[in-house]
Amino acid sequence: MTLAAASHGFLTPSGVEIAFLLVGLVTLGAAVVTVTTKQLVHAALWLVVALGGIAVEYLLLTAEFIAWVQVLIYVGSVVVLLLFGLMLTKAPIGRSPDADSGNRWAALLVALASAAVLVWVVVDAFRASWIDLDGAAQGSTEVSGRSLFQHWVLPFEALSVLLLAALVGAIVLSRRGGEDTPDGRAVPGNGHAAAPGAAASTGPDSARREGQR
Amino acid sequence: MTTTTTAVLVPLLPFLGAAFGLLLGRRAPGFVRPLAVLPTLAAAVLTVVVAARQGGGAGGKGPIDAATQLTPTGSVPIELALHIDGFAALVAVLVGIVATCVQVYSTGYLRDDPRYASYAALVSLFTSAMLLVVYSGDLMVLLVGWEIMGICSYFLVGHYWETEAARSASLKAFLVTKLGDVPFLFGLFALATDAGTFRITGILNAVAGGHLHHPTLVALLLLAGVAGKSAQFPLHTWLPDAMAGPTPVSALIHAATMVAAGVYFIARLLPVFAASAAALVVLAVMAAVTMVGSALAALAQDDIKRVLAYSTVGQLGYMTGALAVGDRGAAVFHLLSHGAFKALLFLGAGVIIHAAGTNSLAAMSRMRGLSKRIPDAFWTVTVALLALAAIPPFAGFFSKEAVLGAAEHAATGEAHLALDGFHGHLGSVPSAAGWTVLIAGLITALLTAAYATRLWLLAFFGRGPQEAPDHGKQPLVMNAVLWVLFIPTAAFGIAAPALPEWFDGSELTPTLVTSVLGTGLALAGALIMYGAWRHTAAVAARRPMGAVAVDPDAAPAVSEEEAIATHAPAYGDNAGAPDPADPGRLLLGPLHAPATCGFHLDAVYTTLFVRPVRAAARLVRFLDREVVDTYVHGAGTGARWLGTAVRRAQTGNVQTYLGALLAGSLVLAVAAVLVATGTGA
Amino acid sequence: MHLAYPAVLAVLLFCVGLYGVLARRNAILVLMSVELMLNAVNLNLVAFDVWLRDTLHAGQALTLFTIAVAAAEIGIGLAIVLLVYRNRGSSDVDKLTDLAERPAGDGADEPPHHPSDQQAEAAA
Repeated sequence: MTLAAASHGFLTPSGVEIAFLLVGLVTLGAAVVTVTTKQLVHAALWLVVALGGIAVEYLLLTAEFIAWVQVLIYVGSVVVLLLFGLMLTKAPIGRSPDADSGNRWAALLVALASAAVLVWVVVDAFRASWIDLDGAAQGSTEVSGRSLFQHWVLPFEALSVLLLAALVGAIVLSRRGGEDTPDGRAVPGNGHAAAPGAAASTGPDSARREGQR
Repeated sequence: MTTTTTAVLVPLLPFLGAAFGLLLGRRAPGFVRPLAVLPTLAAAVLTVVVAARQGGGAGGKGPIDAATQLTPTGSVPIELALHIDGFAALVAVLVGIVATCVQVYSTGYLRDDPRYASYAALVSLFTSAMLLVVYSGDLMVLLVGWEIMGICSYFLVGHYWETEAARSASLKAFLVTKLGDVPFLFGLFALATDAGTFRITGILNAVAGGHLHHPTLVALLLLAGVAGKSAQFPLHTWLPDAMAGPTPVSALIHAATMVAAGVYFIARLLPVFAASAAALVVLAVMAAVTMVGSALAALAQDDIKRVLAYSTVGQLGYMTGALAVGDRGAAVFHLLSHGAFKALLFLGAGVIIHAAGTNSLAAMSRMRGLSKRIPDAFWTVTVALLALAAIPPFAGFFSKEAVLGAAEHAATGEAHLALDGFHGHLGSVPSAAGWTVLIAGLITALLTAAYATRLWLLAFFGRGPQEAPDHGKQPLVMNAVLWVLFIPTAAFGIAAPALPEWFDGSELTPTLVTSVLGTGLALAGALIMYGAWRHTAAVAARRPMGAVAVDPDAAPAVSEEEAIATHAPAYGDNAGAPDPADPGRLLLGPLHAPATCGFHLDAVYTTLFVRPVRAAARLVRFLDREVVDTYVHGAGTGARWLGTAVRRAQTGNVQTYLGALLAGSLVLAVAAVLVATGTGA
Repeated sequence: MHLAYPAVLAVLLFCVGLYGVLARRNAILVLMSVELMLNAVNLNLVAFDVWLRDTLHAGQALTLFTIAVAAAEIGIGLAIVLLVYRNRGSSDVDKLTDLAERPAGDGADEPPHHPSDQQAEAAA
C-alpha cells in the first residue's frame, strides 16, 4: 500500500484488504451461526471458527503475538472450558427448539439498530483513514514483549493477582456445598444439591459428546 | 432595691408563681395554695411600694421611665420599657389587691376542685399579664400582656367545661375579643409607623409635635380592640356569657381588671384619641349606647351574675364616656372605685349563690331568710350596691360624679384637656360628645339604681313558703375577703381630693349640679323599683318556681357549676326566667323580652357573621371533600395504575432488562451523536 | 488498508454478540456471545494500535490484558453457571426470575428441582 491517500479507494482494494475482507466474512458468518444455531455444542464449535478468524485478522494487521495468544487462550482453553460447561450442565445434544428465549425479536431489533448506528458513526468517522501496514511489524513478539515488560509491567503483575483470585473463586464456587455430611450423603431437606454420583454421571454425557464430535 | 427593680419584680413574681404552679401542681399539691397566694400577695405589696415611691405626678418625682433593648428588632425598635406614672401606679395597686383577694377567696371557693392547681396558676399568669400591661412602656410588650390576658380569660371562663354554657361562652369570649384585636394590632402598627417607635413616651411626643398623620384612623382601629377587651358596644356580647366561669374569675377578670384594661389603654394614649374629634364623638356615642343598653338589659336578667355583668358593661361605659370628654383622671378614678366595689359584688354573689343553691333571682325571691344566713355577704353587698347606685358617701358616688362633672364641663364648653406633662396642640372636646355622655350618664344613673335595688330586693328579701336551704357556714376566707374589699368600697371617696396629684391635676371632687341631679335620679330609680316590687310581691307568693341544688358539704364552686348547668333546662334560657313576679318585667313592659336577650345583638351577629362563616365553612368543606380530594385521590389512583403498568415490565428476566437498557442507551447515543454533529439541532 | 474494514467488522461482531446475549436462553451460550463481544473490542484495539503506530503499544497490551481478564471471566462465569445449574436444575437465563415481584398469592414457585438428588437415587 502506498502512503498517498489519493491512490486509495474502496474500489481498488489491495491484496491484504481482499484477504481481510474474505476472512472477515467467514468470521462474521461463523459468529452469526454461533448465536443462532439450535445445537448448543455446534455453537461452541462455530465459536472456534469465529475466534480463529479473528486470529487470522490479527495476523493480517501484523499483530502476530496477539494472534498466537488468541489461538492459544481462546481456541485452546476458553472454548474447551465452554464445552466442559455445556457437558456439566447436561446441555442437550442435537437440535433443541428452545435455544432462543422469547424476546429474540426485541433482541434482533436492538442489535440491528445498534449495528446501524455504530456502522454509520464508524464509517462516517474513519472514511478517510488508512492503516499503513508497511515497515516493521507492529505486533511481533519482541516488540510486544518489550513494551509489556517495560511500560506495562505493573498492570501485568496486577493481572496475575486477578487470575489467581479468579482461580480460587472458580474452585470455591464449583466445589460441593460445605454442609455435606462426611460420608458425602446429602443432608435431607437442605435445599442444596449434593450429589455424590455427579462426577460419575457426567461419564455418559462426555461419551456422547465425544461421539458427536 | 431600686424602684425599677421593684417594678420589674411586680409582674415577674406572679409569673413565676404560675410557672411553678403548673409544673408542681400535680406532684406537690401541698405547694399549690402557697404558690397561688404568696407571689400575688408579694406583688400586691410591691405595687404599693412602687406607688409610694412614685408618689404621684405633681407632688412626686414624675413618671418613672426605664427601658432596655434585648435585641434589635427591625425598623421600629421594641424595648422592654417601664412607664409608671400616677395612673399606672394606682391601677397596679388595684390589680394587686383584687388579685390577692381573689386568690385567697378561691382557696375556699374551689376547695375540692380537681383542677384547682391549673386554675390558680392561670389566675397568677393572668395577674402577671395584667400587671405587665399596666407597667409596660412599650406598646408591643403591652400587646403581649394583652393577648396573654385573652388566653387566660378563655381558659378560665371554660373552667367548668363539663357544662355546655361554659364551653360555648369561652369560645365566644375568645373569638369576639380577637375580632377586636385584629384592628387593634393594625392600629398599633399604624401608630408606630407614624411615630417611629413603640414607646409610649415617644408616641406621646410625636402626637405633641403633630407628627401623627392619621389620628382618626389610628384611633378608630385602636378603639375596636378596646371595645372588644372592655366589652363596649357592639363587641360586649361576650361578657354576660362569660359569667359561666367561676365567680372569682368573673370578679377578677370580667369585672375589676381585664375589662378595665381597654379603658386604661385609652387613658394612656388619650392624646392620640384627643387629636381626632371624630374619634372622641365615636367614643362618646359608643359609651352612651353601651351605658343605656346594658342598664336596660341588666334590669331583665335573671342570673344574678349576668345582672352584675351587664352592670360592669355599663360602668365601663361610664369610663369610656369620661375618656370621650377628655378627662382621664375621672375615668381612672371610676376604674379604681368600680374595681373595688364590683369585685366585692361578684365575690358576694358567689357567697349568695352558694347559700341559695341557685343563681336565679326568681328562685331567690321565693326563699325566706337568706340575708340572715349570710350576714357578712348581706352587709357588704348592700354597701357595694349602694356604691354601684352612686349613693353618697360611698366610693361609686365620687367617681361617678367626677365622670358626670367632666361631661358637664365638656357639654358647656368649659372643658380643657389638662393632660399632665403633655404640652401640644389638641383639638378641644366637641360639646356634642359632652352632651351625649351627660344625658346618657344621667339616664343610666336612674337605671343603675333601679337594677341595683331589684337585685338587692330579690336576692335578700324573698318572700315565700320555703326557707333558704342550709349550706353550712361560709368559709372564713371568703367572708374575710368580703370585708377587706368593703373598706375601699365604703371609704375610697375620701381619697378624691388627693387623687388629682396622681392624675392630670384636674378637680375630681363632686360639683353641686351633677351631684344633685345624679343622686336624685338614683333615689328616684330605687323608689320606683321598690314600688314595683311591692306591687308584684303578691304574685310571687302565688307562683312558686325555681330549682335549687343543695350540696351542704361540697365546695361553693360545685353549687355554682350545678346552678349554671341547670339554669337553661329549668327556665328555658340562660339569661331570663318566665317569672311574672319580676318587678323588672313590670317596669320594662314590652322592652323586657328584647332586653333579656341583649336586644337580639347575638341574633344580628348570627346573621351577619356566624351564618356566612358557617356557609363558607360548608363551601370549603365541600370544595375540600369533592374537589381537592378528587385530585388527591386521582393522583393516588393514577400512581397506582402507573405502578401496576410498570410492574408488568418487571419480569425478573435479566435479558429483558438488558435489552431495554441497551435500547435506551442506543437512543441516548444517537441523540448525542446528532447533537455533536449538529445535524439534529 | 482502509481503517473502516476492521472497524466495521468489529462493529458487526459486537452486534452479533449483543444479539446473542439478548436472545440466547442457555447461560453458556450467553457467555459465548460475551466472548464474541470482547473479541470485537480486541479487534478494534489492535487495529487502532496499528493505525496510530503507538510507541507504547497500548492497544496490544490492553488486548492481552483483555484476553487474560476474559479467561478469568469465563472461568468464574462457568463456575456460577454450574452452581446455578446444581441448585435449580437448569441453566436457562429466563427461568432465573426470582427477583421479580409476584402478586401475593402465587408467590410459591414450582418446588425446586434437584436433578442431582434424582441422580443420587438413580445411582443407588
